[in-house]
Amino acid sequence: MSTNTVAIRPSMARIYALESWLAFVQVLRAPAFALPTLLFPLAFYALFGLVLPTRIGSMAPAHYLLATYGAFAAMGPALFGFGVGLAMEQQMGWLALKRASPMPIGAYFASKVAMAMLFALCTTLLLGSAAVVFGKVHMEVSQWLLLTAVLVLGAIPFCALGLLIGSLAKAQAAVAVVNLIYLPMSVLSGLWMPVKMFPPFMQDLAPMLPAYHFGVLALNAAGFKLGNPGSALLALIGFTLGFTALALYAQRRRWSP
Amino acid sequence: MSRPVIARWQAASKRFGAVLALDRFSLDIHAGEVLAVLGPNGAGKTTALGLLTGLIRASSGHTELFGKDPASIEARRGMGVMLQTGDPPDTLTVAEHVRLFSGYYPQPRPLAETLAMAQLSELAQRRYGALSGGQQRRLQFALAICGRPQLLLVDEPTTGLDVEARRSFWQVLRGLVAQGTAVVLTTHYLEEADALADRVALIQQGRLVALDTPLAIKSRVGGQCLRFRSTLSDPSLAQLPGVLSVRRDGSHFELRATEVERLLPLLLAADPGLRDLTISAQSLENAVVDLIKEAA
Repeated sequence: MSTNTVAIRPSMARIYALESWLAFVQVLRAPAFALPTLLFPLAFYALFGLVLPTRIGSMAPAHYLLATYGAFAAMGPALFGFGVGLAMEQQMGWLALKRASPMPIGAYFASKVAMAMLFALCTTLLLGSAAVVFGKVHMEVSQWLLLTAVLVLGAIPFCALGLLIGSLAKAQAAVAVVNLIYLPMSVLSGLWMPVKMFPPFMQDLAPMLPAYHFGVLALNAAGFKLGNPGSALLALIGFTLGFTALALYAQRRRWSP
Repeated sequence: MSRPVIARWQAASKRFGAVLALDRFSLDIHAGEVLAVLGPNGAGKTTALGLLTGLIRASSGHTELFGKDPASIEARRGMGVMLQTGDPPDTLTVAEHVRLFSGYYPQPRPLAETLAMAQLSELAQRRYGALSGGQQRRLQFALAICGRPQLLLVDEPTTGLDVEARRSFWQVLRGLVAQGTAVVLTTHYLEEADALADRVALIQQGRLVALDTPLAIKSRVGGQCLRFRSTLSDPSLAQLPGVLSVRRDGSHFELRATEVERLLPLLLAADPGLRDLTISAQSLENAVVDLIKEAA
């Protein structure tokens, strides 16, 4: 009997796929999570990008804000879904039970990243539809594809930040920490209005924030020649590695007391 | 016992800061046996189980699961676990949760079979958050058994269940044991250990203080239990021949005594107004309480 259990292995691909799908469904069915993450960015975009069109220099706000609110929207599920979700599941003992089960531990974390990327795809499609239908935004197909790819993959550094927050904070504190980080960082990074409109010292501060670099990449994908996309990409990779390393250290400490 | 050893603690110690939670704990688990791990709160039961699940690493000594490190995924594929806490996400359904966990195992039970065993067939499409407390516990049990584990680890499985639910849980557990599943359980209900276990391991302050069949543990303490109402005082009862211990339980006395046949006439002569007398065999609960007192 024990030899059987060793000889036959369950399908890893199936575990990762089902884990990811259910991680997505799990948060999609939670209205307190799904409604704000899907509808708030759309509402802000509609308000500032479509209804109150003040031109930002020569740039059409409907086009410009599609990129930056798209980035703002992609960060939400990564921070709330991954960060807060992880903190809660640790506190409830759910992660402990999963770790005691024969689940490959990587599947748990990979599924949360997949969830955040799926959500980012949803918000990108929502904002993109609004931009085309109501904002008369026109982009080449290649630009649409590039912007979508940037917004979906751009969720990854914020998953790493979520992983770090979730590894350090208790569930209730994690909600507060994410709220303290998410909105201020988005505004200071120029996702709500261009950094150029800020006083100079705030303009200097922005590149310290990962969301600023996400915004630069999204804007460039959407056809705006702003900032340096190459260094923005490097900065995001650096933030991702840094957050992940700190989070792994925190996880290791938590699980080997 | 001649059945093969499937898991073992070997002089396993675990220190949390200044506290020695487990002190050179050694014990073998054999295929197909039911082992009840008993002991007061904080005795080290959960730490001992934690070593077997791989969630806790021993400070010294070691723990083996199917001859491997419990932290290895191959070892864990032979084990099902139900912890004291471990609430699954509220928004997924019973069937979704079970299907996900079944996928972790090489040869899981069919979904319908797992749900039937956990008495959840009618609730398959219900979300976890909409289940009652007892139903939630049954889902956690379903997750533990869905993979047809050779070893089932259940930490206080029936805490919070009503009597009927507890009995039906025992029945399912006996069914699994009949199929050859080994079970390690901790419980506060000694009646539960008495009803299910082949062996009882008693932990006190991180040490194994007794390991035997429930029957042997009961007879080790010896005597029978008399319960009655009386106007007599504790000291006068304690002086009667054959009385091992006297305990007052509300308006009742509880006497532990040997040679009850000789004691009874004396007792009735001492208090002709004695009422509500029952005589019963020594309970495992009393035996355990005595052993713990001895060990302390």
